[in-house]
Amino acid sequence: MSYIAKPKVAHPNLPRNKLGLTARDYEGTVSTLCAGCGHDSVTAAIIQAVFQLNIEPHMLAKMSGIGCSSKTPAYFVSSSHGFNSVHGRMPSVTTGANAANRSLTYIGVSGDGDSLSIGAGQFVHAIRRNLNMCYIIENNGVYGLTKGQFSASADVGSKPKKGEPNEMEPIDPVSVALALGATYVARSFSGDREQLVPLIKGALTHKGFALVDVISPCVTFNDHEGSTKSYKHTRQFYHHVVDADFVPPAAEIKAAYEEGSAMPVELHDGSKIVLRKVDKAYDPTSRAAAFSYLRDRVNAGEIITGLLYIDGLRKEMHEVMGNTTTPLCQLPLDGLHPGAAELKKIISRYR
Amino acid sequence: MKPTDTSNPGYFHKVVDCQFACPAHTDVPEYIRLIAQGRFGDAYIENRKSNVFPGILGRVCDRPCEPACRRRRVEERPVAICRLKRVAADHKNDIVDRLPKGGPSNGKKVALIGAGCASLTVANDLRPLGYDVTIFEAHATMGGLMRSNIPQFRLPPKVLDEEIGYIVDMGVEVKLNHRIDSMRTLLDEGFDAVFVGTGAPRGKNLEIPGRYDSKNIHIGIDWLESVAFEHQNSIGKRVLIIGVGNTAMDCCRTSLRLGANDVKVMARKPREYFKASAWELEDAEEENVEILVNHSPKDFVIEKGKLVGMTFELIEYKTDDKGRIDRGTVTGEKVIPCDDVILAIGQDNAFPWIERDLGIEFNEWECPIVDETTMMCSRDGIFFGGDSAFGPKNIIWAVAHGHEAAISMHKYCQGENLTDRLPFGVNLSSQKMGMHEWSYSNDYDPTARRLMPHVDLKQRFKKLDIEVELGFTLEQTLQEVERCLNCDIQTVFAAELCIECDACLDICPVSCLTITENGDEADLRARLAVPALNLAQDLYVSAGLPQTARVMVKDEDLCVHCGLCAERCPTGAWDMQKSHVLIPYAVDEATCGKRKTATGS
Ligand SMILES: Cc1cc2nc3c(=O)[nH]c(=O)nc-3n(C[C@H](O)[C@H](O)[C@H](O)COP(=O)(O)OP(=O)(O)OC[C@H]3O[C@@H](n4cnc5c(N)ncnc54)[C@H](O)[C@@H]3O)c2cc1C
Ligand SMILES: Cc1ncc(C[n+]2csc(CCOP(=O)(O)OP(=O)(O)O)c2C)c(N)n1
Ligand code: SF4
Ligand code: SF4
Ligand code: SF4
Ligand SMILES: [Mg+2]
Repeated sequence: MSYIAKPKVAHPNLPRNKLGLTARDYEGTVSTLCAGCGHDSVTAAIIQAVFQLNIEPHMLAKMSGIGCSSKTPAYFVSSSHGFNSVHGRMPSVTTGANAANRSLTYIGVSGDGDSLSIGAGQFVHAIRRNLNMCYIIENNGVYGLTKGQFSASADVGSKPKKGEPNEMEPIDPVSVALALGATYVARSFSGDREQLVPLIKGALTHKGFALVDVISPCVTFNDHEGSTKSYKHTRQFYHHVVDADFVPPAAEIKAAYEEGSAMPVELHDGSKIVLRKVDKAYDPTSRAAAFSYLRDRVNAGEIITGLLYIDGLRKEMHEVMGNTTTPLCQLPLDGLHPGAAELKKIISRYR
Repeated sequence: MKPTDTSNPGYFHKVVDCQFACPAHTDVPEYIRLIAQGRFGDAYIENRKSNVFPGILGRVCDRPCEPACRRRRVEERPVAICRLKRVAADHKNDIVDRLPKGGPSNGKKVALIGAGCASLTVANDLRPLGYDVTIFEAHATMGGLMRSNIPQFRLPPKVLDEEIGYIVDMGVEVKLNHRIDSMRTLLDEGFDAVFVGTGAPRGKNLEIPGRYDSKNIHIGIDWLESVAFEHQNSIGKRVLIIGVGNTAMDCCRTSLRLGANDVKVMARKPREYFKASAWELEDAEEENVEILVNHSPKDFVIEKGKLVGMTFELIEYKTDDKGRIDRGTVTGEKVIPCDDVILAIGQDNAFPWIERDLGIEFNEWECPIVDETTMMCSRDGIFFGGDSAFGPKNIIWAVAHGHEAAISMHKYCQGENLTDRLPFGVNLSSQKMGMHEWSYSNDYDPTARRLMPHVDLKQRFKKLDIEVELGFTLEQTLQEVERCLNCDIQTVFAAELCIECDACLDICPVSCLTITENGDEADLRARLAVPALNLAQDLYVSAGLPQTARVMVKDEDLCVHCGLCAERCPTGAWDMQKSHVLIPYAVDEATCGKRKTATGS
C-alpha cells in the first residue's frame, strides 16, 4: 500500500475513448494490497477493458465476496455501482441484482478461496444457470487475506512458505466450468496483460456466464521457490492455446491471420471475437474436445491459457425465466405490483 | 537499446532539467528543499557555490531554468525558481562566516579587466586559492552592466553592494576609475594571467536620415548608464523605444519614471519574434507601455532643429507552411510624434584598446577567438569571459564563464594542462526512510504557480529606485516550494530484482513505465505505454529482466518523481536515490591537483 494517493496529474497524451474519458478516469482508490500482488495487475487489466469498451461508469456493477481479491473492486471505476457481499455469496447477490436491473454490466471479482471453498456451492449454480456476468477468479492457490493457508486450487506437491507440501487434489475452476456448461471459459495470467485485456473485454460483452480464471500470484505468501502459483513458475509453464482478439461492433477485422488459425465468433451485440489458435488442432467450440485437451495438458504440468471454450447460443438465466428487461426501478408502480384485488385472488387460490 | 549507463554523471544530470539548463548548473531542487525547511542561509550558500550572486540573480536572472522546468511539461507553468532564490537571499541569517575567505598569497598575480559579474566570479574563485587578484574598472563603481544598466527598480544597489562586497572582502585589489587603454602596457606589468571581462560595451546605432540632427535621440545602454550615474534625470513626455529586447523594456520603464507619460515600444516583427523575456514584457505592459508591431523605422522627423516624430514603414508578413515569416512587404507609412527616441537594438563587442599585434585573434564581428572550454584566447595566458567572450548574453552565463576561466587560469599559473580538467561526477544516495517514507516531499502538489506581488502602480513611479517586485510572502513561498518535483531524486532500477509484477507500471500516474521486448530507440519510443515523442528527453532502459528477458523502459519526460513506483515495488527493484552532481571548481582542481602531484601521476 502507499501513504500518498496516486496523484491526479496524468500524461497529456493519454488516449481517450468514445466517451472522451482516459483510462485514468476508470481508476478507483489506491490499492491497499501488498505491493506486487497479482490482483493489482488484474485490476489494471479490468480498467483497460472497461475503458476500451467505452462502458459508462454508472452502467457497471462491481460485485465481490471476501478476500484480497474481493477487495479489488474498490480499486477500479470509482463512479460505478458495487456490492461487497459476504464470503462466497457474491454469485447469489449478483443473481438478485441482475434480476432487478438487466441493463447493467456485471463484473464479479472473486478468489480461489471465495469461489472454490466457502462459495463453491454458489459458484457452480451461477454457472449452471448461465447468469449473465463476467466472473473473474484471481487465483493464487492460497487464502491471501488470512495469511496464506492453501486453498482448494493449490496443486499437489506445491510447497507452502512454511510447513508441508499440499497433498489434496486441486479444484480447477476451468474444468468445473466446462463440466457444468459455462458458455465462456477462459484462463490467463495477471502478468500477461496483452492476453488478459481482450479476454476480459470478451467476457464483459458475452451474454451469459463468462469465467476468466486468472493466475494471480500472492507475492507475500505464495511466490517462493516450490510454489506452483508463483510468477516464476507460471511464466515457465504457461502456454497460449487460443488467444482472443476483441473486435468492437461494426469494426472490420483488420489484423492478418495465418491460414487456418483464425476463427471469428460473433457476440450478441455485433462485436466479434477472433480466436487465434496457437494449436491448430484445438476446437474452442467443442466442450468435449476442450475438456480432454485440458486434462492431457494439466497432467503434463502445463498451464494452458486463452479463450478455451465459447458457446454463443445458450440463453442466459433471466432470459430463460422470462424476466423483464426493464430495470425494476424504471417500471411504473402498477407494473411492479398486481394491486390489492389481484393479490386477494391469488391468495384465495391457496386457501 | 543498450542498458542505460547510469554511472555516467551526464545521465541523471540531464534529468534535473533546471540544473541542466542553468549555465552554472545551480542545484535548484536542493536549494528549494532547503527553503522548504526554512533553512534560508543554507539555501543561499548552496546557490552561491554555483551562481555566486543569489540575491542579484534571484531578481534579474534570465532564468533559462524556468522554460526547461519539468513542471512546464507536466502542466503549464514552471516552478518560480528565480523567485525562490530571492527568498533565500532576502531571508537568510548571517552567512558571512560561511563564505570562502581569501587565502595566503601563493605568489601569483592575476589581472581582471572590468568589474562586471564575469571578473567578479573569477576573483571569487581565485582569491581563496591565494592568487593576488587586481580588478581594473573604468567606472567609479563596481558591477558592470548590473550597476549601470539594470535599473534600480529591478535591482536595488544595496543587493549589488552586499554581494560584490563578499568578494572584495576576500582581499581583492580594486582599481576604480582605471580604464585599461592598452593591453600591451598591462601585459608589461608582469601578471601571471589576465582575464578580460569588459562586456559588450557598444550599443548598436541606427543610421537613418535625421539620426544626428537632434540631441533627443539616445543609444539605450548609454542612456541607461547616464540615468544610473545621475547624469540624466528627465526625458520628454512622449518617448519611442526602438527595438523590443530586454534593454528596450528597461528603457521604456525607466522613461516612465523620469517623466514620460506616453511610451511606445516599436517592433519591426510580430510578437512571437520579440527578444524580450515574457516576464519583462508583462511587467512593461502592466505599466501601460504600448507595444506596436510591424513598424520599421524609416527616418527621424526634425522640425526647426527639433525632433518631433519618427516615420515608420508598415510591414506585412506572410507565413509559410512551416510557420516562418518572409521578409515582409511595405504596405504604407506612418509618422508617430515624439519628444525622445531611445535606440535599443542590440550591443556589439569593441576592443579598441587591444592592440592587434599581440597574438590575440579576432573574428569578423570583432569578437576574440576564444576556446569554449578553457576560455583562453589565441594568446596563452589571456582569458575572456562574460559578454566580452562570445557577445552579449546574460549574468548567469558570465558567471559560468568566470568559473571555467578561473579553473584555466589556475592551471595555467601552475603549469598544468588546461584541457586536462576534472570531469563531472555524481553521487547517488537512497532517500528511503521507512516503508512509505521518503526524505523528500513526494506527493504531487497541484497548486498553480504563485504570482509575484508588485508595488502599487501609482506608488512605484514616485522614485527611480522603488523596487517593483516585493518578493514572495511566507505563504507563497510555502506553496511554491511544494510545486518542485524534486527531479534530482532519481528512479534507479535494479533489473536483477524485478519479478515483472507490473506494480510500478500500474501505479505510475504519468504512464512513463513499460515492460516490453527490446528494440532500437525509435521502435521502443513508439511502443511505450504512451509513445515517447519528446526526443529531447532520454529513455532509461534496463538490462534484460530475469524471468522473460524483456526490458524495463522509462520515458524520463514526464516523471513527477513521486516515488510510487518504488513504493509499490515488492522487491525494491526501484529505489528513489538523490543524484548529487559534482561540479568541479577551481578549488577542486587545486586540491585534486595536489593529490596528482603527490602520487606522481
Ligand atoms: C539594459 C540591460 C539590461 C539587462 N538586464 C539583464 C537581466 O535582467 N538579467 C541578466 O541576466 N542580464 C541582463 N543584461 C545582460 C547583463 O547585464 C550582461 O550580460 C552582464 O552584465 C555581462 O557581464 P560582464 O561581466 O561580461 O560585463 P559587464 O557587466 O558589461 O561589465 C564590464 C565592465 O568592464 C568595464 N570595462 C569595460 N572596458 C574596460 C576597460 N577597457 N578597462 C576597464 N574597465 C572596462 C565596464 O565599465 C564594466 O564595468 C542586461 C543588459 C542590458 C544592457
Ligand atoms: C464466513 C467467513 N468465513 C471465513 C472468513 C475468513 N476468510 C477471509 S478471506 C478468506 C479466504 C480468501 O481467500 P481467496 O478468496 O482466495 O482470496 P485471496 O485473499 O487469496 O485473494 C477467508 C477464509 C470470512 N471472512 N468469512
Ligand atoms: S496477501 Fe497475497 S493476495 Fe493478499 S494482497 Fe498480499 S500478495 Fe495479494
Ligand atoms: S520541478 Fe523542480 S527540480 Fe524539476 S525542473 Fe522544475 S525546479 Fe527543477
Ligand atoms: S517516480 Fe515512478 S511512479 Fe512516480 S512518476 Fe516517476 S516513474 Fe512514475
Ligand atoms: Mg486466493
